[in-house]
Amino acid sequence: MRVEGHIAMPQHTSPPPETRVALLRTMLRIRETEERIGASHLRGLTAGSMLHLSIGEEAIAAGVGLAMRDGDLFTTHHRGHGIFIARGADLDRMMAEVFGKRDGYLQGKGGSMHIADIALGHMGANAIVGANIPISVGGGLSAKALTPGVVSVAFFGDGALQQGVLYESMNMAALWHLPVAFVVVNNQYGMGTRLERASASLRFVERAETFGLVAREVDGMDVEAVYAVAQNLLEQARGGQPVFLMAHGYRFYGHGRKDPSPYRSKEEEQAWRLRDPVEQQRVRLLEAGALSEDAYEQMLREAREACDKAVAFATASPELPVEDLYTDVYVEQEAN
Amino acid sequence: MATMPYRDALRLALHEEMTRDERVVLMGEEVGLYGGAYAVSKGLLDAFGPERVIDTPISEASIVGVGVGAALTGLRPVVELMYVDFLGLVMDQVGNQAAKWRYMSGGRLTVPMVLRTQGGTGRSAGAQHSQSLESWIMHVPGLRLVMPATPADARGLLTTAIRSDDPVVFIEHKALYALKGEVPDEAEPIPFGRARVAREGSDVSVITYSRMVHVALEAAERMREQGVAVEVIDLRTLNPLDLDAITASVRKTGRAIVVSEAHKTCSVSSELAVLIYEHAGDALRAPVRRVAGKDVPIPSAPALERAAVPSVDEVVEAIVGTGLGKERAHA
Ligand SMILES: Cc1ncc(C[n+]2csc(CCOP(=O)(O)OP(=O)(O)O)c2C)c(N)n1
Ligand SMILES: [Mg+2]
Repeated sequence: MRVEGHIAMPQHTSPPPETRVALLRTMLRIRETEERIGASHLRGLTAGSMLHLSIGEEAIAAGVGLAMRDGDLFTTHHRGHGIFIARGADLDRMMAEVFGKRDGYLQGKGGSMHIADIALGHMGANAIVGANIPISVGGGLSAKALTPGVVSVAFFGDGALQQGVLYESMNMAALWHLPVAFVVVNNQYGMGTRLERASASLRFVERAETFGLVAREVDGMDVEAVYAVAQNLLEQARGGQPVFLMAHGYRFYGHGRKDPSPYRSKEEEQAWRLRDPVEQQRVRLLEAGALSEDAYEQMLREAREACDKAVAFATASPELPVEDLYTDVYVEQEAN
Repeated sequence: MATMPYRDALRLALHEEMTRDERVVLMGEEVGLYGGAYAVSKGLLDAFGPERVIDTPISEASIVGVGVGAALTGLRPVVELMYVDFLGLVMDQVGNQAAKWRYMSGGRLTVPMVLRTQGGTGRSAGAQHSQSLESWIMHVPGLRLVMPATPADARGLLTTAIRSDDPVVFIEHKALYALKGEVPDEAEPIPFGRARVAREGSDVSVITYSRMVHVALEAAERMREQGVAVEVIDLRTLNPLDLDAITASVRKTGRAIVVSEAHKTCSVSSELAVLIYEHAGDALRAPVRRVAGKDVPIPSAPALERAAVPSVDEVVEAIVGTGLGKERAHA
């Protein structure tokens, strides 16, 4: 089945074949991992009552994630698993963190909403809506001073478009010519609030332009479109021209995994599911002859095997011993 | 008397006060269509309409500021802050604005606003969604501070908060929303500054509030098996504070334990301990003990989260530590 995007976008040339396949592989890895995390959550295996899945938003994570380079910095909002996977997350350690275990990225102290790994440029997933945005501007300040050519990317939801810090941050990034990209993962809702109910104006691209940013929007269900626009924008950002990208997508599950989303219609959900970004890219590559059925099956198998391995790793990992409650409050432990 | 959960008791008070006084409006993130992140305001949008049950954008600093301005000018807003942790975003409006205008204006301005929020651990929600930040509020003159432990108090104290002409910070506990209890049939405002004796006893006073009342009651039950009569004082409001109830109890028992879920350093528990020394120190037969949250950010992993806040065992141990009971507590 061919699925058409409904948002008119400027024509882009397709990326090279290996990139087109890599985009699909990354999305599939995100999809499979997130489904696994969700299933584990329903079985009570994850730490905590909150779990925000990015299923449906894979094209934004993969498209921007693959347009970034090694060494680039980023922060995410609370729905950041997919973005981190696109930036090379170790699935074992990520799964262990979501399970609240010692071998997780954060030893179980942070959990799903706070995953971070500075070695991969991940300055932290944040549970305070909008708080990661100025932090990413700080990453841009460091990059400009210490590692020219690096770009610092803030990923956040449409909900954060109404936080004042966003506008303070855009201004500073433009004022100081910082290599910063502001990426809105617009999944249409902040919890149960549709974007139209939270913002009187929907001209976000113009808002960003007013602050001196180069701003674009893109169909966030089309991974190749996201990739193309992100490549273009990130190159500008590297040179000290901050950029803004509004990617329009959808979360297929509720706000939390168990939220039945009574605030949106089944018809609307269905319409978006018909534009499933993973499925769109699969069909596109098959039809273009860029991918065989066998190669796709192989890719899917690999993604599932990686999940099996990650779940086994997370399950086998112990919880951090309670004695370690006090470690890492300070760098200097004796300061206790 | 009807039996209902804490969240329903809160909703009942909101419903009653909104019915009684048209100037009362509820505003905050997800309070309307969604019914509240913890379902406290479910049904209120249908009952009172979108002019009085106002869904806001995610703009905390301004939401509270709008509440202050509306309160200065005739409305009586109940502003919901989804998590007390978000005080970080709104402290200017709370501490520099709501708390100050009455005094700064020499009494010409009043801010009859309620800031309803919830805090505490119990859902492995991590370091930014599990805190107990009541000391931030208690430190600032000009703010009232309410932390109910039971459905009846949730209802009666919220009624008083909404009728109060002072800014009131009303902190619910996320682990109590499903707790059931008896609630009077008629709206009976519970006056601020009156502690409740949650359990009478003659050997030791446990002074506490919010969810820790229930932890203290369990510890008291365990100590009864050892022949120790524990008195549990539920403070209910921290500003105003019922110092008389605290001193009367401590003077009666000669021993005091303060229990709080918040970090120990520079906290409500510090304040209570020193007040006990100042006002009943001569009656103490053992040093005051504090059982409080550890001075660490709240971790997400469930076992660590539990270890970060007081347990029944720790309260029992503290009681035994004052020289009571036959044997040391076992975990
Ligand atoms: C400062 C702050 N306000 C409110 C919340 C509660 N909250 C968590 S997620 C969320 C919705 C965020 O929506 P959006 O930014 O669009 O991200 P999405 O969940 O849709 O990915 C809200 C209100 C929060 N975590 N932080
Ligand atoms: Mg959203």
